[in-house]
Amino acid sequence: MNRRNLWLFFLPSLAFLVLLFVYPFLNGLYLGLTDAEGNFTLGNFTAFFGDPWERRTIWVTLKIALPATLINVLLAIPFAYYMRRGLRGEKVITFFLILPITLGTVLVSEGMLTYMGPKGWLNQFLMATGIVKGPVQFTHNYLGVLLSLVIQGFPFAFLMLLGYISGIDPNLERAAQMLGATKWQIFHRIIFPLVAPGIAIAFCLNFVMAFSVFPSAVLLGQPSGPTRVISIAAYQWAFEKFDFNMGSAIAMTMALIELLVIMLVMIWRQRIYKGASIVGKG
Amino acid sequence: MERKLNISGILFFVAILIYLVNICGILGTVVFNSISKGWYSGIFPQHFTLEWYRYMANEHDLPQLLLATFTVTIVVVFVSLLIAFPTAYGLARYDFRLKGALLSALLLPMIVPPMAYGIPLATVLYRFHLATRLSGVIVANLVPIVPFMILILTPFIEQIGVNLEAAARILGASKVQTFFRVLVPLSLPGILTAGILAVVRTISMFELTFLVAGPKSQTIVVALYSDAYAAGARPPQAIDALAVVYFLIAMICLIVALKFTSPTQMVFKVK
Repeated sequence: MNRRNLWLFFLPSLAFLVLLFVYPFLNGLYLGLTDAEGNFTLGNFTAFFGDPWERRTIWVTLKIALPATLINVLLAIPFAYYMRRGLRGEKVITFFLILPITLGTVLVSEGMLTYMGPKGWLNQFLMATGIVKGPVQFTHNYLGVLLSLVIQGFPFAFLMLLGYISGIDPNLERAAQMLGATKWQIFHRIIFPLVAPGIAIAFCLNFVMAFSVFPSAVLLGQPSGPTRVISIAAYQWAFEKFDFNMGSAIAMTMALIELLVIMLVMIWRQRIYKGASIVGKG
Repeated sequence: MERKLNISGILFFVAILIYLVNICGILGTVVFNSISKGWYSGIFPQHFTLEWYRYMANEHDLPQLLLATFTVTIVVVFVSLLIAFPTAYGLARYDFRLKGALLSALLLPMIVPPMAYGIPLATVLYRFHLATRLSGVIVANLVPIVPFMILILTPFIEQIGVNLEAAARILGASKVQTFFRVLVPLSLPGILTAGILAVVRTISMFELTFLVAGPKSQTIVVALYSDAYAAGARPPQAIDALAVVYFLIAMICLIVALKFTSPTQMVFKVK
C-alpha cells in the first residue's frame, strides 16, 4: 500500500468517530447552550447550578463515586500484588471476579435486592451468627449503591492491575531482595512506581463507571433523594420532561467534571512515573 | 507456584472467599427465587414451581426480545469488525506522525461515560428517526465497541510477520488474494477474540440501549431493568425468571469467551 493512501485505512473508523461521537457531542454542547427556540443562552447551566436540588446531584455523585473508586483501587493493589506470580485456583478466582463485570449492573442489582434484603441470605446469616441483632438495611440507601459499585468495580480494578503487576520483570524484585531490601521497601520503591501508571488508569476507568452510575442508583438507592445522582438528573430532564436542551447541558456538565478528575489523576501519574521497565505482557 | 501460607496468604484467601460467597449468594437468590413458591422465610424455598417462567413469557414477547438481543449483538460485532479491522491494520503496520493522537482520539469514547455521550447521541438518533428502531440501537452500541475492537485487534495483527504478505505479493497474489488468503486466516485468532469479547459486552450493554431502544427494539437487559424499575407491577419471582434467562445467555457467552481469552484480557488495558 502506498504511504500516501495510508489514510484510507483510517477512513472508516474516523468517519464513525466523527458521525457517532464528535458530532453528537458538539450537538449536545450546542443544545446545552441554546434554549428551545435555538437562541444562545447560558440559561440551562444557570438553571442547573442555581437550583440547589439539581446542583446537589454533583455532590451526591462525587460522594458515591470517589469513595467507591478509592475502595476498589486501594483494595485491588494488595490483592493483585499477592497474586502477581499466579496461585493455585487462580482460574476459579478470576472466573468469579469476571462474573459481575460481564453480567452487568442490572442483574447484580436485581440479585442484591433479594440477597441483601431484610429476609435475604445475608441478613439471615448475620443474625444466625449473632453478628447483628436485627436485619441490616443494605438496599434502598446509599450503602446499597456503594456496595454494588464495589462488587462490580473491585474485580475490574483487580484484573487491570494484575495485568500490569504480572508484567513487571521478576528479576527487578530478586535484585532488590539480594541487595537487602525488605518486603515493604520492594513494594514501595520497586513495584509501586512501576504500577503507578496502571493504578492511575484503573482509577480513571473505575471513576468513569462509578461517576455515571445509573441503574444501581435507581434500583438499589433512593433515586428521589439521597442517591439522585447526576445521570438520573440528566435522564429525567431529557427523557421524562423532554427538555433535551437542559438534559444535554447536564450531560455536558457531567462529562466536564469527569474529565477534570481524570486530568488531575493523569497529572499525578506524570509526576510519579519515572520510566518504563515493564517487560512481557506490559 | 507453591508457597507457605502466612498471614497475608490467609487474609487474601479469606477476603476472596467472602467475595466469592457473596457473588454466589447474589446469583443464587435470583435463581432460587425464580423457581420458588411462597419463599418468605427460611434458607431455601419449600415449594418449587416453574409458573413464573410461564408468567414472564406471557408478559413479555420473549421470542421478540431474544431476536432483538441477538440481532443487535451479531450486527454490532460484524459492523464493528469491518470498521475496526482496517484501522487496526494501519496502526499495526505503519508509523506516522500523529499516530498517538489518532489512537487517543479513537479511544476517546471509552473514557467518556456512556450516560454523558448517550444522551446527546440519543438526541441525534431521535432527530434522524433511528431511535426506537433496531438500527438505532445497533448504531448506538457501535460507539463503545469499535474502539474496544481496535484495541484488541492491533496487537494480534502486529504479531503477523510482514514478510508473509510480501511473499504472497512476490509469488503473484493480488491484493485481494493476499488479504483473504493470507491476512484474514492469520488474524483469525484476533478476530475471534475481539468478536467474542464484543458479544459479551454488547449483551450486557445497558445505558446506550436503554436510551435509544423502543418497545420493539429493546434488548433483554433493558427489559429486565424496566421490570425491576416497576417492581410493584409484577411479582419479584417473575422478574427473577427474566433475570435467569438473561443470566443463562450471558453465562454461555462468557464461557465461550473464556475458551479463547483470559479474564485479564476482558478488562481492557490502555498504556
